[in-house]
Amino acid sequence: MNPTFTVFRRELRSYFATPVAYVFIVIFLVLSSAFTFYLGNLYERGQADLLPFFTFHPWLYLFLVPAVSMRLWSEERKSGTIELLLTLPVTMWQAVLGKFLAAWAFIAIALVLTFPLWITVNYLGTPDNGVILASYVGSLLMAGAFLAIGSCISAATRNQVVAFILTVVVCFVLVMAGFPLVLDAFAAWAPQGLVDAVASLSFLTHFASISKGVIDLRDILYFGLMIAFWLYASAIVIDLKKAD
Amino acid sequence: MLSPEEEASPVNGLRGVAVGALRELFGVLCGTFRSRSQSRLFVPPVRFPGGDGMPAICKPGLIAPRCLPPRHGFVNQGEQTMIETHALGKRYGGFTAVDGITFKVEPGQVLGFLGPNGAGKSTTMKMIAGFLAPTSGSAKVCGFDVEQQPLDAKRVVGYLPEGAPSYGEMSVRQFLDFIADMRGVAADLRRRRLDDAISRLNLEGVLEQPIETLSKGFRRRVGLAQAIVHDPKVLILDEPTDGLDPNQKHEVRTLINAMSRDKTIIVSTHVLEEVHAVCNRAIIIARGKILADATPAELEARSRYHQAVSLSAANVEAARAALAAVADVAAIEVDAQDQRITAFPKPGRQIFAAVNEALKAKEIVVRELALEGGRLDEVFRTITEGNAEEARA
Repeated sequence: MNPTFTVFRRELRSYFATPVAYVFIVIFLVLSSAFTFYLGNLYERGQADLLPFFTFHPWLYLFLVPAVSMRLWSEERKSGTIELLLTLPVTMWQAVLGKFLAAWAFIAIALVLTFPLWITVNYLGTPDNGVILASYVGSLLMAGAFLAIGSCISAATRNQVVAFILTVVVCFVLVMAGFPLVLDAFAAWAPQGLVDAVASLSFLTHFASISKGVIDLRDILYFGLMIAFWLYASAIVIDLKKAD
Repeated sequence: MLSPEEEASPVNGLRGVAVGALRELFGVLCGTFRSRSQSRLFVPPVRFPGGDGMPAICKPGLIAPRCLPPRHGFVNQGEQTMIETHALGKRYGGFTAVDGITFKVEPGQVLGFLGPNGAGKSTTMKMIAGFLAPTSGSAKVCGFDVEQQPLDAKRVVGYLPEGAPSYGEMSVRQFLDFIADMRGVAADLRRRRLDDAISRLNLEGVLEQPIETLSKGFRRRVGLAQAIVHDPKVLILDEPTDGLDPNQKHEVRTLINAMSRDKTIIVSTHVLEEVHAVCNRAIIIARGKILADATPAELEARSRYHQAVSLSAANVEAARAALAAVADVAAIEVDAQDQRITAFPKPGRQIFAAVNEALKAKEIVVRELALEGGRLDEVFRTITEGNAEEARA
């Protein structure tokens, strides 16, 4: 059997072996619905779409995804199982990918469980289900990018709390990259080109069009590259830090 | 069988051929050994008093289709070197953990890795197991370079990391299944391999329990079971008995002895009695360097207690006088606590018979008289704390 799949299956199963998975899913469902109805005013808008639902995903992921990713590698390092895992006949890539995919699949499960909202809007009106599907795909892609960042930071420390906080901070900077909060720190000294480059890294900008159902190849490429880059960084960090 | 030239030919063009031939060789080896490992025979720890002699495994009554590789420092010319390191080194910044270690382990050897804490034992084992990359030198397992062919090398090794880490939330069965999957154990062998590992370690009773709820002894056994689930040719065990109670230690040693019949094993330890119990070769390392490489008996022979005679007598003074008169006695010590007298021979001499005669002649009543084999702990201290160069000589 493919080692990537074996790692994936073990990892995914381990989420459900502890209450963490259920706590996470319940909180995700409660918060996403609360945001949709109370902050997004799903009913009051009088439109049959899920835009109020997807708009809040970056903010929801900002805190919930690091909670999933924080244990990815720091737990392996703390318990010493990383030594066991990496002396099995598995390449670093297979291990990194297997664990990442498991965490991603876990978030996908949580995302799928929001289907009652989709049923609700379909019951209340006739939404464009293509747009909704595209938004789901985009949301999942963005979650993957958050996760890949978390995977890399989790590999750098054996303390899960540190991994959580650092991941939140890095993700926050990336989410806000297109806004003055982050850009002002660069605008004072950096050339305009760099400022624009930073601005174009913003999760919000890339997610904004996706959440409206517009699937732009550039946005997909952005999240795909983001995932690849951070996973590659994870592999390097694990290699560097596994000795201590 | 491969000629030494073929074995040692890492020339690119020949590599494929050589690797193919080695694989075939493994096939043959595995074939012969499999029938043995399946017999699931528990052999009580076999101790050989000397450093040589044929293994007792060929005794009648024990199933052994053909005589097994000798256990005692005997090099089988035709068989391949199982583990080979060449000037293996590991540096962390300015700190040298392992400083150019070179050794070979032949099939059937059980090599004890001794050394004080922080000597570089674990680091060396981690490099051989493929967890850490060496900063200098190379290591080969069954002919596979751990850096050039990491997957091949990892496949033939069973490794028990220090402290026997495992995924606590998994049950023993799930964990062993996971390892079998990762190791790619063939479907037709899988059931048998798992059953074999489980029964060897007596894990039947805890199969469905989460590992984190198990006692330390059981966790160690789970760690050993995962190391042997793919029937590896080479076993690397990092402190397998550390922190276990005497009964558990005995069990683990029995197991290592049983497995030593068809595997090449490296065991690290800082418990010296273990060397006697399981190893037929010992390497003492300290500060990252090999200070001694010999059989346990040879190491003991370096002890000043080697061939010494100790006794306890009713009349200590008379006994002492009688011993002093024996020609080859170099020194006499009396233990201040229990009044036990130890007579040390002059180098290379044997004094037991002479001492016995002298005591008889003087009609000294002896409660007990013993010939000392040598004390490993004393040798260990001398070698690791004393002058390294002298010890190496």
